[in-house]
Amino acid sequence: MEAQHNITLPEGSIEKKTTTLNFGPTHPATHGVFQNIMEIDGERVVSTEQSVGFIHRAFEKLAERRNLYQITPITDRLNYCSSPLNNMGWHLTCEKFLKVETPKRVDYLRIIIMELARISDHLICNSIVGVDTGAYTGFLYVMQYRELIYEIYEEVCGSRLTTNIGRIGGFERNFTNTAFTKLEKFLSEYPKVLKEFENLFTRNRIFMERTQGTGGISAARAMNYGFTGPNLRAAGVDYDVRVANPYSSYQDFDFTVPVGTTGDNYDRFLVRNAEMWQSLSILKQAYEKVQSFKGAESEIFHADVPEYYLPKKEDVYSNMEALIWHFKIIMGEIDLPKGQIYNPIEGANGELGFYLISDGGRTPFRLHFRRPCFIYYQAYPELITGGMLSDAVVTMSSLNLIAGELDA
Amino acid sequence: MSLTNETIQTQLEEKFADQVYAFSTETGMLSFESPAALNLKVMQYLFDELGFNFLTDLCGVNYPDNKDAELVVVYHLHNFVENIRLRLSVAVPMAKPDVFTASKLFEAANWMERETYDFFGINFIGHPNLKRILNVEEMDYFPMRKEFPLEDQTRIDKDDEMFGRG
Repeated sequence: MEAQHNITLPEGSIEKKTTTLNFGPTHPATHGVFQNIMEIDGERVVSTEQSVGFIHRAFEKLAERRNLYQITPITDRLNYCSSPLNNMGWHLTCEKFLKVETPKRVDYLRIIIMELARISDHLICNSIVGVDTGAYTGFLYVMQYRELIYEIYEEVCGSRLTTNIGRIGGFERNFTNTAFTKLEKFLSEYPKVLKEFENLFTRNRIFMERTQGTGGISAARAMNYGFTGPNLRAAGVDYDVRVANPYSSYQDFDFTVPVGTTGDNYDRFLVRNAEMWQSLSILKQAYEKVQSFKGAESEIFHADVPEYYLPKKEDVYSNMEALIWHFKIIMGEIDLPKGQIYNPIEGANGELGFYLISDGGRTPFRLHFRRPCFIYYQAYPELITGGMLSDAVVTMSSLNLIAGELDA
Repeated sequence: MSLTNETIQTQLEEKFADQVYAFSTETGMLSFESPAALNLKVMQYLFDELGFNFLTDLCGVNYPDNKDAELVVVYHLHNFVENIRLRLSVAVPMAKPDVFTASKLFEAANWMERETYDFFGINFIGHPNLKRILNVEEMDYFPMRKEFPLEDQTRIDKDDEMFGRG
């Protein structure tokens, strides 16, 4: 009988005590394009190596050929669970760079949009943590309130997911009454829903046992790993850009910064929930402040920056000055000042920074996005090694990793 | 003692004399430069003595017109206690883009340095795992360098019906 031709196995694969597992990139439990090549011993994770970049779209290179207003749609696609936050962060960066002063009403309207975005982002993250621990109900239940938030975006800017909301200097149009009615509906109904959502999870024994003590990190390690946002606060560091470097008049608002102690999945969940309550309170305050403007002041929705803010269409058709500005803005014929700026905002999952360098040309010379989840995803092996594979799934969702932001 | 941009500058100048230069406080943030060989010494000093123990951001920049300093690595550091930020940049020539890795000081620098290597080809000496991160590993160029332009949108040689150029 002829010698049998067997499959040649890689060297050492018979003696090996662990199993290599390809977790992702398209796995239902990763909620995005994440790949982990894990070594597992039974169900325990021995080591893991993440590979990222599956949806890299070269935003930083693209931005070098675009005018400032053309970069806003790029920022939509970073953290697409809360695009308005990225848009606002970009506008605030441009305004700080161009030394544009925005009226208070614009700041407050922006805060309304930003806090709505923060709530919708935390809502998705927390309910996904629920899904990964086996509770689908919460996710499905809160979805209708994310829908309501998206309807408010729709009223303000016309789109829902990739919003391209606002302009340099303010908003493209004033908020309609429908937007405010929907906001009122949200403010009156959402607290009850959030309370119910908390009742489902916070003291739920299965949920607590799945999340407590898994994926924990100390404050010192978290800082060394560059954690920001709710993940850092869950580890016990009270750093919030809204407080440390107030922007868009956050200093006028009264809110607290919730912190955790152990930095584990449960604390991250609690911090996000507590932040939603704070965001609700900020929303209420902002809405009151917006309503307190009377007369002509209550119609202001943008600053006066003819170089960057598109004039009204009827003016473009009837007024030479407006036509010239319209042409110059659309064709990108406005030279930026020279200089550089780093401007951070508190994104939904951490400090979202924009580092803009201009050499006096019409487009940025260099634009770098500080993407919070790109930086803290590095800590993932440290968070899950030694734990169960099923906890690694929960840890991944409770970190609030967004593939779009991670891969830029 | 509260830190201000001026006190940081004075202390740095006392410690490193003329090895730290080009100070500016444009848009309120202190920024300065140092030779590439000293980047770790400066950061260690800032970390230990001045409390800058958080690396906010690390990225590369390419200035093709700066002879022998074409590539720049920019570090944004943050002191949480005093709530003050600063920016340190080190320049290296394109021909020999060697910078010491900060990943021993900050774990956060690991991937940010890989990203900078991936896009600018800066060689971080001592990095534990310096390979491409966002781009494919077979790539043989560094796409964020200015010498690699974006596709010319007016090109006509490409037969591409799906994208309206057919």
